[in-house]
Amino acid sequence: MPKLKIDGIEVEVPPGTTVLQACEMLGIEVPRFCFHERLEIAGNCRMCLVEQEKAPKPIASCAMPAADNMVIHTNSPRARKARQGVMEFLLINHPLDCPICDQGGECDLQDQAMAYGFDRGRFRENKRAVKDKELGPLVKTTMTRCIHCTRCIRFATEIAGVEELGATGRGENMEVGTYVEKALTSELSGNIIDLCPVGALTSKPYAFTARSWELRKTESVDVLDAVGSNIRIDARGPQVMRVLPRLNEAVNEEWISDKTRFAYDGLLRQRLDRPYVRRDGKLVPATWDEAFQAIAARMQGLPGDRMAAIAGNLACVESMFALRMLMDGLGSPHRDCRQDGAAVDPSARAGYLFNTTIAGIEDADLCLLVGTDPRWEAPLVNARLRKRWRRGGFQVVRIGATTDTTYAVEELGNDPALLSAVADGSHPLAERLKAAKAPMLIVGMGAIRRADGAAVLAAARKVADTCGLVRDGWNGFNLLHTAAARVGGLDVGFVPASGGHGMGGILGAATTGEIGLVWLLGADEFDMARLGRAFVVYQGHHGDAGAHRADVVLPGAAYTEKDGLYVNMEGRVQEGRRAVFPPGEAREDWKILRAFSAVLGRPLPFDTLEELRRRIVSAHPALGRRDVAPAPWALFGVAGPIQARPFALPIADFYMTDPICRASTTMAECSDLYVRGDDARTGTHG
Amino acid sequence: MLDDKDRTFTNLYGLHDWRLAGARQRGDWEGTRELVLKGRDWIIGEMKTSGLRGRGGAGFPTGLKWSFMPKSSPDGRPSYLVVNADESEPGTCKDRDILRHDPQKLIEGCLLAGVAMGASAGYIYVRGEFYNEAQRLQAAVDEAYEAGLIGRNACGSGYDFELYVHRGAGAYICGEETALLESLEGNKGQPRLKPPFPAACGLYGCPTTVNNVETIAVTPTILRRGGAWFAGLGRPNNTGTKVFCISGHVERPCNVEEAMGIPLRELIEKHCGGVRGGWDNLLAVIPGGSSVPVLPKSICDEILMDFDSLREVRSGLGTAAVIVMDKSTDIIKAIARLSRFYKHESCGQCTPCREGTGWMWRVMERMVKGQAEIEEIDMLLDVSTEIEGHTICALGDAAAWPVQGLIRHFRPVMEQRILAYKAAHQARAA
Repeated sequence: MPKLKIDGIEVEVPPGTTVLQACEMLGIEVPRFCFHERLEIAGNCRMCLVEQEKAPKPIASCAMPAADNMVIHTNSPRARKARQGVMEFLLINHPLDCPICDQGGECDLQDQAMAYGFDRGRFRENKRAVKDKELGPLVKTTMTRCIHCTRCIRFATEIAGVEELGATGRGENMEVGTYVEKALTSELSGNIIDLCPVGALTSKPYAFTARSWELRKTESVDVLDAVGSNIRIDARGPQVMRVLPRLNEAVNEEWISDKTRFAYDGLLRQRLDRPYVRRDGKLVPATWDEAFQAIAARMQGLPGDRMAAIAGNLACVESMFALRMLMDGLGSPHRDCRQDGAAVDPSARAGYLFNTTIAGIEDADLCLLVGTDPRWEAPLVNARLRKRWRRGGFQVVRIGATTDTTYAVEELGNDPALLSAVADGSHPLAERLKAAKAPMLIVGMGAIRRADGAAVLAAARKVADTCGLVRDGWNGFNLLHTAAARVGGLDVGFVPASGGHGMGGILGAATTGEIGLVWLLGADEFDMARLGRAFVVYQGHHGDAGAHRADVVLPGAAYTEKDGLYVNMEGRVQEGRRAVFPPGEAREDWKILRAFSAVLGRPLPFDTLEELRRRIVSAHPALGRRDVAPAPWALFGVAGPIQARPFALPIADFYMTDPICRASTTMAECSDLYVRGDDARTGTHG
Repeated sequence: MLDDKDRTFTNLYGLHDWRLAGARQRGDWEGTRELVLKGRDWIIGEMKTSGLRGRGGAGFPTGLKWSFMPKSSPDGRPSYLVVNADESEPGTCKDRDILRHDPQKLIEGCLLAGVAMGASAGYIYVRGEFYNEAQRLQAAVDEAYEAGLIGRNACGSGYDFELYVHRGAGAYICGEETALLESLEGNKGQPRLKPPFPAACGLYGCPTTVNNVETIAVTPTILRRGGAWFAGLGRPNNTGTKVFCISGHVERPCNVEEAMGIPLRELIEKHCGGVRGGWDNLLAVIPGGSSVPVLPKSICDEILMDFDSLREVRSGLGTAAVIVMDKSTDIIKAIARLSRFYKHESCGQCTPCREGTGWMWRVMERMVKGQAEIEEIDMLLDVSTEIEGHTICALGDAAAWPVQGLIRHFRPVMEQRILAYKAAHQARAA
């Protein structure tokens, strides 16, 4: 434990700590541009220079390991002079365009210039101008502002795993770019906007739309995949202006995927802002009362077991719980939150969670992927796998389609029979799993979203059992969900009650006319033709597939417009918060269900969100927690024959997975460029 | 003047055969096997006794540097010797003559240095522009391999030592040892942060020592004749002989091996036929390659050419590339040209050098014309001190020192130029 003295304070730090980290432990702030906790040390900005006694020159504190008997001065005249010099150098070729720069107000260079800048310049020469680079539809560049900290290069190379950014040229002609002009092919590319300490890399969709100090900031969670990334929603007036990541070491660290960050413009388009009722084959605007009456009229005389409810991928826990209570009251056992038909077994929580937890990936040493491409199904799980892989001593093996995951994967082939072979020990992988210290298994939705899905799940469970994936303090069995609502729905029992139909059964019964009414809670991801002649109520926020088929449309709130609970794939209950109000006459979903229940004359037993949440927690205590509790290992899955058909990947187009993305022009541009274009990225296509 | 019997580089001028046979006639590879068998401790001991200081410019004691290499490798990492033949310092051309006229001295030195640091392989990184030199060096290496002098069981000593010649792509910064390692690994040539130093974590993350060509090439002779012989030449702490490269306004520019501590005036007058137009026509001398501060004639009259004497007058021996300038020289323009060189060769990695070298060059270009304010001389000096010592590698210092030297010794010239410009332009305006 080196002991050193910083600004007169003695401090003992763990070996390997840098001087800068030691300063931070004491609460002494050292300015920096290139240093970032999650990236390798570059030491090139020289802003963190501090004075070390007996050293001939100031030292770069970000790169210097703390050593015994060091005496450091962070604010001595010499240290200040060095930093002022660096600041002057950074500014001589930096444009004075703060008033038109989107980084203004949240710019590291601006802030540090206040502390270390001179009040006038001595530079009489012409400033350097640099040609802007085209990095695709998400990241806007103003390269003249670049201070060459290389954070973006390091992020792309280390975290995102795409070696596409680099520096070309030398000296003052050094430029950051892709060399051959092309869009960044990373699903995490937006993070370089946050990393850029100046306005060189800014958000293209957000460009010139708002100033940071005008924005109302709301801490919330993302629902566009099942990771539950922590986000901050920045809004101005009634509009979401941008989405930024929020630090959560357990979930998304400080990154978010491009979909999470850029799909927000979809919240403005295709919105359902008033109720509609189908009259003479056409949806016409209606009042809430007319819409409710139309549903009530259809329900009149219809027995409960001829009604069904399907919850979509973006639904919050409260709305699913309320809808379940409503359908229970009506006597309907038919409901499902697994609209993709995945054979997730709701009977045991450990059977449908990502039990290892996302942060737990960092403790694993062997990982078997089954029918999944985490890069596009859960980009931040993939980033965590890559982080673990980069540290070394981590092998990833896959049974499933070959894709570029950004780390080395040992591909066994896309043959489901291999899973059985591992389960019964006849495949050599079984021995490796047994020998591993912390083995894990990730089953993707693609593997269980098939007729024999339950058998695949059972086989995966058998692997977990026979190869010792579940041990004391370690559960290596994981399901990789793609829907934010899924785990919450399973938790509150939004699955068939006894004698009820699941997703396939509901659609079958609707086709035959056996089921006469289907309530869609934001469910859009299945073939609406299979609803037959059933009366369809669509409660949701976007005019997507479900609303087009609906007989009554009830306008609900998107995730940015309501307080709601979401349970991520780990079983982590997180709270989304309202950043803006729902548009027009749209209302929060639990309120819609509560109001409709009153129309039926059997009001649901809660009047406020708090009351509803209390009921949820008393019925499902697991939802009362705000962290992850290990789920007890139990029986799940139904053993059976597995077909030879290879596993298909669940996501064909990362940028078009839900109604919000499909309404987003930014996502459409990405889809055109990366998925459908000539320059199609291969991640989703294998 | 150095006696002929004390010369190391006996074929510096290429008058004799450079091939292995010729080199052997001059004494190279004589008893190398026995030197190898004496072991690393003996070699390092002799090098320490000799007092040899690195000939690449920084003057770090060579024996000490080699002793930093790990004696054992618990984690199985090999050790490497890297020879810096990326000789690009303006004014310097000594390594080039060693490479093309006396390559076997270097190769033998590589083996001995390799033994001293327990290196299993050596890499000679040759400057990209030295195409012919690299060809000849490769031929010499091939000859040495063929004769069993290097490679497996080198010289029959039982020691295995591989030697590779690698050509750079012509960047000055790749002469900085860690940038050289980056370049050797195939990366962009940018200096690394230190610590860790190469002796702990160098080429491919393995313990590495980087030495200059001349340092390695004198090693066999030192070991054969004994460290004490070498230490007996020159002055204390500045021992031995050194190849000086004298260029500029002298009658006969040349490379010459001389004892350390030779007076500058003697060096120029004995070997180069004196300053063009006589000693009194001397304006200034840059004594150690472009990066050390210039010295005016008043200092040149008496100065001794070694590390410590030159440091006392706030300059340096550097690579011992003596650039002589007579009174016909526009000293401001000469230094401005150097500023342009450093601006062009800055790697761009760290802020002070990337931004500062360009700034200094632009101001210097105005100073050449006198199109500046008197106060800007102080500003220029201040900018140079903001670069100096604040960068990852020494290129920032190297860019700052020539300008500092100019201002220190020739400020009146600069002021005059500015006043003259003002006068001319005011006259025109009036």
